[in-house]
Amino acid sequence: MMTCDEAEILIHALADGELDAGHAREVEAHVANCPRCASEFAAINEMKRALAGTDLIYKAPAALRQRIEAELPPAQPSNVTPLAGAPSRRSLLKGFAIGSAVSALAATGLVAIVLRNDDQQRIEAEIVSAHLRSLQAGHLTDVVSTDQHTVKPWFNGKLDVAPPVIDLTAQGFTLVGGRLDYVDARAIGAVVYRRRQHVINLFVAQTSSTERRAAKLDTLQGFNIRSWRDRGLSYWAVSDINVEELNEFGERFERAMGGSS
Amino acid sequence: MPPSPDDSERARRFREAALPCLDDVYTLARYLLRNPADAEDAVQECYLRALKHFDTYRGPAMKPWLFAILRNVCHAEFARRAVAPVKALDDAPEAVEQAPIWQEIAETPEGAVLRERNASAIQRMIETLAEPFRETFVLREINNLSYREIAEAAGVPVGTVMSRLARARAMLRAAWLAQEEPQ
Ligand SMILES: [Zn+2]
Repeated sequence: MMTCDEAEILIHALADGELDAGHAREVEAHVANCPRCASEFAAINEMKRALAGTDLIYKAPAALRQRIEAELPPAQPSNVTPLAGAPSRRSLLKGFAIGSAVSALAATGLVAIVLRNDDQQRIEAEIVSAHLRSLQAGHLTDVVSTDQHTVKPWFNGKLDVAPPVIDLTAQGFTLVGGRLDYVDARAIGAVVYRRRQHVINLFVAQTSSTERRAAKLDTLQGFNIRSWRDRGLSYWAVSDINVEELNEFGERFERAMGGSS
Repeated sequence: MPPSPDDSERARRFREAALPCLDDVYTLARYLLRNPADAEDAVQECYLRALKHFDTYRGPAMKPWLFAILRNVCHAEFARRAVAPVKALDDAPEAVEQAPIWQEIAETPEGAVLRERNASAIQRMIETLAEPFRETFVLREINNLSYREIAEAAGVPVGTVMSRLARARAMLRAAWLAQEEPQ
C-alpha cells in the first residue's frame, strides 16, 4: 500500500501524465481513499488548468531572430536534393572525423522506472543516434550475413526476444547482417539492410503492449523514420533514403511478416 | 568566399532543427534572467554555441539540448552578476532568490480556490520563485518538457525534477493565494 509520503510526489507525476499505467492506478487508488492527498491532487489540477488557460510564452523579438539568422552561413538554392533533410553520406562521415562522441547529455543515463515510456520523440532521437553510430567504420554489423537463417539465430540468447529477420533482397533491399545496439538504456536488436549505397537500420524492441499500431513516418535530423508496432514488437526503420522508399521497405517487411505467420 | 556545400548543408539542417525552438528558448531565458535585454543576449549566445557544437549533436531531442546550452550561458551570466553586484536587476532584487517569504509550504489553506489572474500577473509570480524551482517549473508548465527531458536539460536525476516541481507548485500556490487577500 502506498504511503502519503510517496503519494505526495507521485500525484504530481499523475497530474502531468508521466506515470506508467500500473503506477497511475496505484496512485489513483491512494487518492481515492485519502482525503489529504485528494485535496492536494485537486489543487495541482486547479493550478494546471489556470496556467493552461493563460499564454505565458514570451515571443522572441523579430530583431533577435534576424540577428541569429545573420550568423548562419547562407543557404544554397538546392535543386539537387529533392528530399529536404537528407544529408549526404559524405557530410555525415566528415562530421564523425571531428567528433564521434555521443553528446554528454545523452550519456547522463536516465532511468526512472515509474515513468511512462512512450516518449516517442526522445526515443526517435536515440534511434537516430544509434543509426549514426552504426555508420562509423566497423560499427554496422556484429554478424555479417545475407542469409536470414544465420542472422536470426545469432540474436537468440542475446535478447529476450530475437527480432524477426526477413530477406527482402528480391524486393531490392539487401540483408546485410545484424547488430546488438542500445536505445533507451536497453539492449535492442538492429537488422541491417542496404538499398543501393544507403544503409537501413531496422531497430526492433519488445513492448508491453500487444496492440497493433499503424506505421508513422517522421523526419529527424535529416533522417527518415518509419515506426510501427505489431504483435508485441516495436519497429523503427531509419535511413537517409527518401521517404517513399523507406515506406516501401516497411510495407514489404510487414507484408512478409503477415505471410510468414 | 561563398560557403562550401557542406557548410551550407549543415547550416540548413541547423536552421530547420533549431530555429523552430526560438520562442521556447527565449521564453526560458526571460524566466531565468528576468530581463528582456539579458535574455536576448543569452539566446543569441546560446544559438552561436549550438551552431558551433552542432557537428557533435547526436540527440537527445533538440529542445532539451538547446535548453542545456542556454542554462550554461545563463549561469555564466549569474556568476558575472555575482562578482559585479553594482548592476541591479530591473525589477527583481537578488535577495528574493535567497529568501522567499512563502517558503513554508504548510501555510497553504486547504480547499482555497485560486482566483483567475492575467498572464503578466502569473509571469511575475513565477519570476519570484526561487531557483532552481523556477527553472523546473517553467520547463514543465510553459516549455512542456517531459520529466526525462527536464532531467536531461538540467543535468539532474528525474527524482530531483519531481521533488523540485512539487516544491515549486506549493510555493506558487502560496504566492497566488497570498496575493488574493483583501488589501
Ligand atoms: Zn495520502
